[in-house]
Amino acid sequence: MSARILFSTTRRVLTQLRHDRRTLALVVLVPVLLLTLVYYLFEKQVGVFNEIGLIMLGLFPFAIMFLITSIAMLRERTSGTLERLLTTPLAKPDLLFGYGLAFGLVAAVQAGVATGLAYWAFNLSTLGSAWLVILIAVADAVLGVALGLFFSAFAKSEFQAVQFMPAVVFPQIFLCGLFAPRDQMAGWLQALSNVMPLTYAVQGLQEVGGNADPTGLMWRDLAIVGGCAVLALSLAAATLRRRTE
Amino acid sequence: MDMAIEVRDLVVVRGRREVLHGISTAVPTGGVTGLLGPSGSGKTTLMRAIVGVQKIKSGTVTVLGRPGGAKDLRPRVGYVTQAPSVYVDLTVRENARYFASLYKGVTRADADQAVADVGLADAADQLVGSLSGGQFSRASLACALLGRPKLLVLDEPTVGLDPVLREELWKKFRELAADGTTLVVSSHVMDEAGRCDRLILLREGRIIADDTVAAVRQAAGTDDLDEAFLRLIHAQAEVA
Repeated sequence: MSARILFSTTRRVLTQLRHDRRTLALVVLVPVLLLTLVYYLFEKQVGVFNEIGLIMLGLFPFAIMFLITSIAMLRERTSGTLERLLTTPLAKPDLLFGYGLAFGLVAAVQAGVATGLAYWAFNLSTLGSAWLVILIAVADAVLGVALGLFFSAFAKSEFQAVQFMPAVVFPQIFLCGLFAPRDQMAGWLQALSNVMPLTYAVQGLQEVGGNADPTGLMWRDLAIVGGCAVLALSLAAATLRRRTE
Repeated sequence: MDMAIEVRDLVVVRGRREVLHGISTAVPTGGVTGLLGPSGSGKTTLMRAIVGVQKIKSGTVTVLGRPGGAKDLRPRVGYVTQAPSVYVDLTVRENARYFASLYKGVTRADADQAVADVGLADAADQLVGSLSGGQFSRASLACALLGRPKLLVLDEPTVGLDPVLREELWKKFRELAADGTTLVVSSHVMDEAGRCDRLILLREGRIIADDTVAAVRQAAGTDDLDEAFLRLIHAQAEVA
């Protein structure tokens, strides 16, 4: 691996995004729009937004980054740029972690805006710090990036790639504790939930919601989310083949 | 003679079809070697094997004295795929600078120079996606010139270009060859064959001629390379 190549790849991905203003606008505005909907949906029910809005702040970056990066990697593959990159001195992790870093930075902006809106416009209240909410949201986004890059390796077309989103992201959303508390799920669902990384991001956010100081459980959750992201990026690098049929 | 590429008994299977049936050839260092043949004859597959992105069933490919695709070859071999492979949502300059950053010691100035070398200095700040087809493929070529590779493998670099541009690109290839670069250029138009030093004629995954241009002409008994190609095919059919 080379830091020079990793950072120049990050810069390249960010430059591509800079040329695509509409995508950047969507990345920032879509969560804002959805959060607004959720806020008014539960406006009359006291305290619900504090629970659901908080979890949403972790879900948006995860789902959106998953989709964007799985398409981005598919484009690298189908445009021939991936094949070309693999004939240069670039190491595979340089490419994957370069992507992770670039979209992690974008996610930081996205999470910052969405979290800011939730606190100031919609009076989200958490016992813990808003910075921790942003930190977990960014970790969650990087997890989405990593899983998106990994699963795009199994997609040969855009049709396949977009369907990995419901296949990989939806089950994690269903079982993360948003729709039903995890301790009320059937045993096997709980077991599934336990091996899904998004579960820990949501739990971490709930820890920030209910505790004034960062708890050990929250740090453990954050470490699990970050660890899963690094693992998925490494797996994505390992499954990338220089030689193909 | 010093060989830039040595291919021995190369067999490649793509899908269920054997694309290359145990071919052997050698490309001497320096000069332009033309890889000619109809589409589907295995030109791209052979080039992919040379740059090390093609899975090989059997046989060996040796490039600059190392096994094809070896890690230390990557800074020394430039490859341009048939479809231009640069980022359409970056400008020409941004593309060149990114690819430059992948090689040690290649500077931003070198990147700008490569862009100028392919005649795109005026279009350097245009997005690649907004370029014409000819400019698009030249942008792709510029990115392969970075790092001054010892071996340049170009898959149909002039396809779809107008005669003036084609002339310019060939001038560029000759310059690079004069500087000591070895070029392997594929084409399916015979009028480009005459511009090469050596020719490898491929048909249905087999080599039917592999020699200097003059020798190929002489063997076929005609100066017209199109006609020469046809005669060589017929001669081969009769032997078989």
